[in-house]
Amino acid sequence: MVTLDAKIPDGPIAEKWDNHKFSVKLVNPANKRKFEVIVVGTGLAGASAAASLAELGYNVKVFTFHDSPRRAHSIAAQGGINAAKNYRNDGDSVHRLFYDTVKGGDYRSREANVHRLAQVSVNIIDQCAAQGVPFAREYGGLLANRSFGGAQVSRTFYARGQTGQQLLLGAYQALAAQIAAGKVTLYNRSDVLDIVTKDGEACGIITRDMLSGEVHAHSGHAVVLATGGYGNVYYLSTNAMASNVTAAWRAHRKGALFANPCYTQIHPTCIPASDEFQSKLTLMSESLRNDGRIWVPSGMDDARAAAEIPEDERYYYLEEKYPSFGNLVPRDVASRNAKTVVDEGRGVGPLKNGVYLDFAAAIERDGVEAVKERYGNLFDMYERITGEDPYQRPMRIYPATHYTMGGLWVDYNLMTTVPGLYALGEANFSDHGANRLGASALMQGLADGYFVLPYTIGDYLAPKLGDTPVPTDDPVFGNALSTIAEKNRQWTDKRGTHGVEHYHRELGKIVWEYCGMARNEAGLQKALSEIPALRDEFRKNVKVLGSGEGINTMLEKVNRVDDFMEFAELKVRDALHRRESCGGHFREESQTPEGEALRDDENFAYVGAWEWKGEDNEPTLHKEDLEFETVQLTQRSYK
Amino acid sequence: MSNMLNLKLKIWRQDGPHSQGAFLDVEANDIPEDASFLEMLDVVNERLIADDVEPITFGHDCREGICGTCGVMINGQAHGPEKATATCQLHMRKFNDGDEIVIEPWKAQAFPVLKDLMVDRRAFDRIVEAGGYISVPTGTPQDANATLVPKEVADTAMDAAACIGCGACVAACPNSAAQLFTSAKLGHLNVLPQGQSERWKRTEAMVETMEDFFGSCTNHGECHDACPKEISLDFIAFMNRDYVKAKIKNRSLASQ
Repeated sequence: MVTLDAKIPDGPIAEKWDNHKFSVKLVNPANKRKFEVIVVGTGLAGASAAASLAELGYNVKVFTFHDSPRRAHSIAAQGGINAAKNYRNDGDSVHRLFYDTVKGGDYRSREANVHRLAQVSVNIIDQCAAQGVPFAREYGGLLANRSFGGAQVSRTFYARGQTGQQLLLGAYQALAAQIAAGKVTLYNRSDVLDIVTKDGEACGIITRDMLSGEVHAHSGHAVVLATGGYGNVYYLSTNAMASNVTAAWRAHRKGALFANPCYTQIHPTCIPASDEFQSKLTLMSESLRNDGRIWVPSGMDDARAAAEIPEDERYYYLEEKYPSFGNLVPRDVASRNAKTVVDEGRGVGPLKNGVYLDFAAAIERDGVEAVKERYGNLFDMYERITGEDPYQRPMRIYPATHYTMGGLWVDYNLMTTVPGLYALGEANFSDHGANRLGASALMQGLADGYFVLPYTIGDYLAPKLGDTPVPTDDPVFGNALSTIAEKNRQWTDKRGTHGVEHYHRELGKIVWEYCGMARNEAGLQKALSEIPALRDEFRKNVKVLGSGEGINTMLEKVNRVDDFMEFAELKVRDALHRRESCGGHFREESQTPEGEALRDDENFAYVGAWEWKGEDNEPTLHKEDLEFETVQLTQRSYK
Repeated sequence: MSNMLNLKLKIWRQDGPHSQGAFLDVEANDIPEDASFLEMLDVVNERLIADDVEPITFGHDCREGICGTCGVMINGQAHGPEKATATCQLHMRKFNDGDEIVIEPWKAQAFPVLKDLMVDRRAFDRIVEAGGYISVPTGTPQDANATLVPKEVADTAMDAAACIGCGACVAACPNSAAQLFTSAKLGHLNVLPQGQSERWKRTEAMVETMEDFFGSCTNHGECHDACPKEISLDFIAFMNRDYVKAKIKNRSLASQ
């Protein structure tokens, strides 16, 4: 029987983390070298955790499916990283960042975790600056800040439009130093295909060497998953092509509860898809909304070019509906409104699948040069992708899946419901509630890796001093190895009608249609019958060429899509059961008269954590009630 | 809908590092000009799969020009004809109907072909491991604003740090030299105040590790022209200066 114990420390909110750090068990420095820790993933969370654990003295094995740790998708984050430094003297504080994050998450996150996140945010900036991350600077040499995503204070640190890249290179370099020192062993091009447990505790993983095709067992005293989010369940998203849910999903099948899978952030400013062959969507930084005006033609099916549409036939829907926030309303509000106008038939572009983001007014007010100075690189990127010049005609944008707030359920120590198995960064559910604020993903990934796990993992490891890791010739590994090898063999025997890509695309269409920006009972029920049907058809009729030996990109992908097929059903089930709207989860049945998300705190102020019950059984829902001792629950309003 | 192109492709196919490779001729018809170069390859692959031919293996991931995973030689040019653009950001509207396009992997001894268009670039990681970092274990260093970094210095560091590690510089170089990659990492860390303590040790170790794998630089400048991030050749000059200094400074404490 699973019981959810979040292990939230006692004491006032501001003292919990300090109290906890004092009460967790320590591993003596000389004894740390007696422990083996497996880290899966080398994005911000994985690389920072692996480097920090190795610096403490633990022996670390780190796994990535990339050719180099530096390629993890954290690298693509553009905007920045928040920290409660209050360098601008504008009233920021740990408490304010904590408060904003809980509110921004629409009161569906755990207060204690969020407060800790805000506390360690300041250490992250110190650490990264010392590592040589080239943050933007003022002329006097101090760090520069900007306000981001509608925040009322300037607390965002950034490195041009490449903050994720620079923070990841910082963590990658710290990791490289530990690899050179022999404290970290790097396994690149290794796909993790199973999590192994013995007597209920995590003891290792099964990997496929993506070059040779061999499957291997690796054992350790603890396993850390920092494997990112599940956004690619939608097929089209801003995630990288290889981002997947496999490691997290297979951990789920081994007993780790999956929390809030229905929470997905849809980012409002992406370039709309241009055709069926589109492989991914590209995000344009949210900062564009500071100067761009969003509009659609007021008439339906208006085929005229933007320039030919007179001012009084343009519908500036955000400015009209939300006079005080205008084009700067939060991401979920901006996204839903774009969907509404496109669904009404006001969409623009060849496929009528976008809305205009127009800089004409900014160019007239501030001049081309000023606009170029602010957004030049983004305008260039837009032109490269679409072939259209945004200085001459408005950009076309449309929302796309960007980040997933749900993930493996973890306690305050970041441990899942499987003892010895941890989840970090986007792979866990803990800090963003139902909606993530801009510039907070990088903060959370690095907080977990640099400043949380290195403290909390000792609590689990300390009593295990003297235990050797489960040997890889133990039957638990042997069984797992043969199951995975057999599964791979079965895939490569499939010579059906369609390649893997086809089924992934079909799955994406279902999930986007019924479990995307807006969801309702009937649609979700429909998805719940269509997904298993597609999964059956996929398993029967997919075509996988080549063998399990050597490089086989189709085999890599078929495993990932298979897991998305199962995960999608859980996601829809979670969305169906949560009969309220909150943050990124908008149930059409639950809205205010103005069409805003309407929470139901009475019945849904909890974390929904699902337990796997086998392929033929429905999962079981467990609830962790959210208690708000510090923050007052209010209805968000951006009017 | 976008215009369609009919293209004649010659794509390099090779089973493994030690296999003999050969070009595959593909008539790629009805390619939308709004597709990216990699989406064009996706279309080709879907058609190959329909004909029961194994798809072409190529490295790719973010498709936003930042992860550095992708990169092929397109008609002999690393990342193709568009300046400052990685392969994934190159779009088919840059080509004309009827064009012949030759697609090959990076060609350099230090980057062995793994399969088809995918190469092994681990030598780059070895160079970084040799010293491409500032040793600050996680903990509580000083406040981030305690060390002032003049804006010009931070901007220069960022110019260098923008490198995505794709390897186009090596592929474009007649000598398969990795000076631009190595100097970009050194330029990033060596100009910053935080990077001074390890500057000379770092420079010597990284340069010499680079030379274990790659050819020598003879100032062709092809690397800069191919670089999707337009890393400046000046960083190579800085690196060479620092290397000479490092060889002296690292000899004895007295010379510092």
